[in-house]
Amino acid sequence: MTTNFDQIGKTPLFDWHVAHGGRMIDFTGWAMPIQYASIIEEHNATRSGVGMTDVSHMGRLRFEGPGAAVFLAELLTRRVADMALGQVRYSLVTNDKGGVLDDVLVGYYHNELGQPFYLMVVNASNCDKIVAWVQRHLSPERANRPGQEIVFSDVSNLWAMFAIQGPRAMDLLQPFVDADLQNMKYYRGDTVRLLHPAAKRQGGIISRTGYTGEDGFELSLGMGICVGIWEALMEYGESLGIMATGLGARDTLRLEAGMPLYGHELTEEIDPFQAGLGFACHLSGYDFPGRDALLKIEKQPPMLSRVGLEMLSRRVARQDCAIFSGGQRVGTVTSGTFSPTLQKPIAMGYVSPNHAAPGTTLQIDIRGSLEPSRVVPLPFYNRNKKGK
Amino acid sequence: MTPQNLLYAKTHEWVKIESDPAGGKIAVVGITAFALELLTDLVYVALPEVGRKVEAGQSFGEIESVKAVSDLNSPVTGEVVAVNADLPGKLESLPKDPYGKGWFIKVKIADESTIAQLLDAAAYDKQCSEEHG
Repeated sequence: MTTNFDQIGKTPLFDWHVAHGGRMIDFTGWAMPIQYASIIEEHNATRSGVGMTDVSHMGRLRFEGPGAAVFLAELLTRRVADMALGQVRYSLVTNDKGGVLDDVLVGYYHNELGQPFYLMVVNASNCDKIVAWVQRHLSPERANRPGQEIVFSDVSNLWAMFAIQGPRAMDLLQPFVDADLQNMKYYRGDTVRLLHPAAKRQGGIISRTGYTGEDGFELSLGMGICVGIWEALMEYGESLGIMATGLGARDTLRLEAGMPLYGHELTEEIDPFQAGLGFACHLSGYDFPGRDALLKIEKQPPMLSRVGLEMLSRRVARQDCAIFSGGQRVGTVTSGTFSPTLQKPIAMGYVSPNHAAPGTTLQIDIRGSLEPSRVVPLPFYNRNKKGK
Repeated sequence: MTPQNLLYAKTHEWVKIESDPAGGKIAVVGITAFALELLTDLVYVALPEVGRKVEAGQSFGEIESVKAVSDLNSPVTGEVVAVNADLPGKLESLPKDPYGKGWFIKVKIADESTIAQLLDAAAYDKQCSEEHG
């Protein structure tokens, strides 16, 4: 039952989480809080006010030098070489067969000296795999090509990261930074100065990105100052309805937003088109691992499609539950939970395309009993269509 | 506080032994405050029908939270004689009174030797503090 947290990774906020009732679990080798009190309350705080999650366990990989842009373009499914400073893009990393190795965010920023660099945020569960994948493609010869040098560094253990999400996220964060957050567009970011004394004159990186379906930001900052800034944000956020949110609420929030999670909707056996992520694949530009395979896959009718499902009973479908139509197996659930916003169980899964149309009724085997469900469009929750 | 007058299963169910006016014993079964604290965010409970035979250590239903589903295990062997029909519609108030209004089922005990396997409050508390560590 008990987990030995001495053997696994800890973020600088570990002691804060424990002191504030965080229920620590071993999440892919990191001691992280699943919740502090109630997942539903943390979820609702993010939808109505602001929630703050320690995501310092995520991998952060930095690429700089004149050859970095082309190197990344030849590694990722999404075009990145044309990104302007301050842009952020969602991309995939695929293997030679077109299976998904990870989904990542790539930002193009400048440091305090004005030198540009790319920051790639990878899933904690995939960090070692992606570092090895990068190293496999970054031979010393490639890294040192005259005029196209590439410097790669894993800065995961140098920087903390907070996800600050919800309609009041901007109100919370604006006094802490010198950037104009109101005019920072979605999927943009910037190197900022942190104005609070606890920052000890250090800077950070802010992007208007997130994994909740709400407006919000992700803030990267130095390990040494992150606890002080976290505490200052929690204190200032009290009047805005802030709650520290654990991985439990992070999961219910992203599920309502219809966002895939690696290990659930994304695996090496799933291709981007099945996952509905064809928009993240630019097959006509740079050659990256998996591009030739994806060119073929794109032309074939898909075997499976990712769908949203709402349960018509009260029981919650979970990962690996089998999906049936008229007694025939047609798919598998990849994630499921009770949606605090919709007040009913929801799930995502893969089904054969002729059962993927919204409105289709399907049965899900939940612990031996076939429960009715219906295919619905993703996302389940859209903040711009509230109260429809 | 763990009530002293109840018995407990290792799987976090509590049992109140009552004598049946018709003879024999009835076990009132619920789940402990400790279990509710661990579960949090309850969304669903499945209870058996009256008349269902249950066995000590075997599942008689399930309780679901946002995070996960858990089996409800019968602490005793016998037959279900009553089910708390109010419970499924009032799950959010279960943590307020887990040992009173929050009972789940009543079981007519068929094999009284199963009671001997249960823990008293002190032994149960000890188990919880070890689990929590």
